[in-house]
Amino acid sequence: MEPLLKLAMAIGGFAFIALLVILAVTTVLAILYGTIGSTSFDNWQEVMETLRRNKLRTTLTALSVAWGIFILVVLLGMGSGLNVGVRKKFQRDAVNSLWFRSGKSSVPYAGFQIGRKVQFVNADVDAIAKIPGIDHMDARFYVKGGFWGGPPMMVRRGIKANAFDIQPSLESGLFLDLLEMTEGRFLNARDLKEKRKSVVIGRPVQAYLFEPGEDPIGQWIEVGGVAFQVVGVFNRGGSQEEERAVYIPMSTAQVAFSGADHVNMLRFTVGDASVDEANRIKQDVIDELAQRHQFSPDDPQALHIQNNVENFAKFAQIFTAIAVFVWFVGAGTIIAGVVGVSNIMMIAVRERTKEIGVRKALGATPFSIVAMIVQEAIFLTASAGFFGLVGGVATLELLDKLQLTDFVKNPAINLSTGIAAGLVLVCAGALAGFFPARAAARVNPIHALRDQ
Amino acid sequence: MLSLRKINKYYQVGAHALHVLRDVDFEVADGEFVAIMGASGSGKSTLLNVLGILDAYDSGEYVLDGTLIKNLSEKRAAYYRNRFIGFVFQSFNLLPFKTAVENVALPLYYQKVPRRKRNRIAMQYLERVGLADWAEHVPAEMSGGQKQRVAIARALIGKPRLILADEPTGALDTETSQQIMDLLTEINREGITILMVTHEHDVAARAQRTIRLRDGKVVGQEDEPHLKAVEAAGS
Repeated sequence: MEPLLKLAMAIGGFAFIALLVILAVTTVLAILYGTIGSTSFDNWQEVMETLRRNKLRTTLTALSVAWGIFILVVLLGMGSGLNVGVRKKFQRDAVNSLWFRSGKSSVPYAGFQIGRKVQFVNADVDAIAKIPGIDHMDARFYVKGGFWGGPPMMVRRGIKANAFDIQPSLESGLFLDLLEMTEGRFLNARDLKEKRKSVVIGRPVQAYLFEPGEDPIGQWIEVGGVAFQVVGVFNRGGSQEEERAVYIPMSTAQVAFSGADHVNMLRFTVGDASVDEANRIKQDVIDELAQRHQFSPDDPQALHIQNNVENFAKFAQIFTAIAVFVWFVGAGTIIAGVVGVSNIMMIAVRERTKEIGVRKALGATPFSIVAMIVQEAIFLTASAGFFGLVGGVATLELLDKLQLTDFVKNPAINLSTGIAAGLVLVCAGALAGFFPARAAARVNPIHALRDQ
Repeated sequence: MLSLRKINKYYQVGAHALHVLRDVDFEVADGEFVAIMGASGSGKSTLLNVLGILDAYDSGEYVLDGTLIKNLSEKRAAYYRNRFIGFVFQSFNLLPFKTAVENVALPLYYQKVPRRKRNRIAMQYLERVGLADWAEHVPAEMSGGQKQRVAIARALIGKPRLILADEPTGALDTETSQQIMDLLTEINREGITILMVTHEHDVAARAQRTIRLRDGKVVGQEDEPHLKAVEAAGS
């Protein structure tokens, strides 16, 4: 129903704009030629008659305009779909976050040899959290098994068991992984502090372990052979893959799965910091960690850093470039269409020199001649553009239904873009008609009529 | 009805000005039927353009029905053409895609008469030229004489005071020419002034007066003495 509604709105908006422009153009022409000409039904009949008389020419012209608009709409729609799709992929993680993983030193520092392994510990988490500019501090501990080596760690309830991803995290994991709670709550500070055996499960995990309609909250499940109580169910941007996971308190995991105070990843968000601010915070964190673990702050191997703020800014730049490119191509296509209309109208005026001469001899004012040609051009571009618009929107809807790739999501043009395109088109039509029309109004009836 | 006083008209051809009308000076009374004769290049077409307010002149005075026709705006000129003048052309100049009745109605379109009303009036004029049965035919389906009748009906529908005919029989055979001339004569008898350009003597002979042009100058005006003779013989 929704696409139909969108379509209807686009059609309505387009018709409204077309009407406004026609009124405006008529007024401008009336002022230019000093006549208030009525755009009556009669005039429209004259226009329709001319267009019908030259079916092939009309069709070809209309086709070029419709094609231009069609291409523009599809390009814009796909551009926006690509934008949305890639952003969505990106946004399964907070785009304002920085991730730190540890590596091995590659620069001698303070008398230490190179190749020393850096190991984050709980104290690092507390120290980093104090750095100004960080709003949500999170840390991850990797449970051994499965992806991280060894036999997979299973999540089990009764006879049902599966190797879901196990994510020991802090209570801020909610913000870093952009989780939405569908039921219950996420891990909280008390879970962490008291090393409670609480677990938050993804929707596919719920669907796998529990019967439909069964309330999972308060139920006990086994995670890696240890019993945990379910406190919440999450949704992560509708991604099946990312939701096949369970979150447990990192402190509990360190105790239950022999992790001592080891931490594998530090991650935090920086609010709405700019790229520069994010880089400054990054440097503060590097300095802090370098000091705590005795490696050179300039050591490129000691830390593996993912700066999502910077990455996302780069992506945003690409999208700006794509948008500019799309508009450039689309505008070019439209201009080609409009020039085509103008050319065709010019030829039409040539062909109709005699007719225009007769009309002038019979009392046609220059205004009525100009209005006739311009009206024709506007009608042609507007109606052709309209079909191109509808065709383009329909194609986008079809592509959306087909879901060819995850990288393109909801390809659609918004209403204002559609209306803007319509506005530009009708104005362009008026312009395309005006110059041939002016030439027509200057036709000398006698030369025209003598022209055998 | 109309008077021309020392009308001069030049055409700019390259660096030279071609003097096409030289002190043209004549009057046409209300209800007259006047023929303008001259060889090609004598300026008769230019004169017709000036008379039809289709072209401007450079000096002199043209008064039509008490109105000085000089330096008119395009809009004003269109208005006078529409209200005062009916045109009949050698090549008929009907719009090929319109039916006879629509062609006849066209001047009323520019008077903003509603479609149905103007088509009704057009039917009356078609009847008058004897072509009511051909109302829904397009020009391509008609003979030359029929087309010229449609054109005459179109010239009449605006109730003009003056009809300007440019070689109205130029594209017709002798018999049809006679019929068209009969029709024009009849219209003239009803009080409409007719000015007709022709190079055929027997056609000019149907007018009451002939104005001869040579090299853009009026070289003679004569009544047609045999007109009365013809009429006397006819009646």
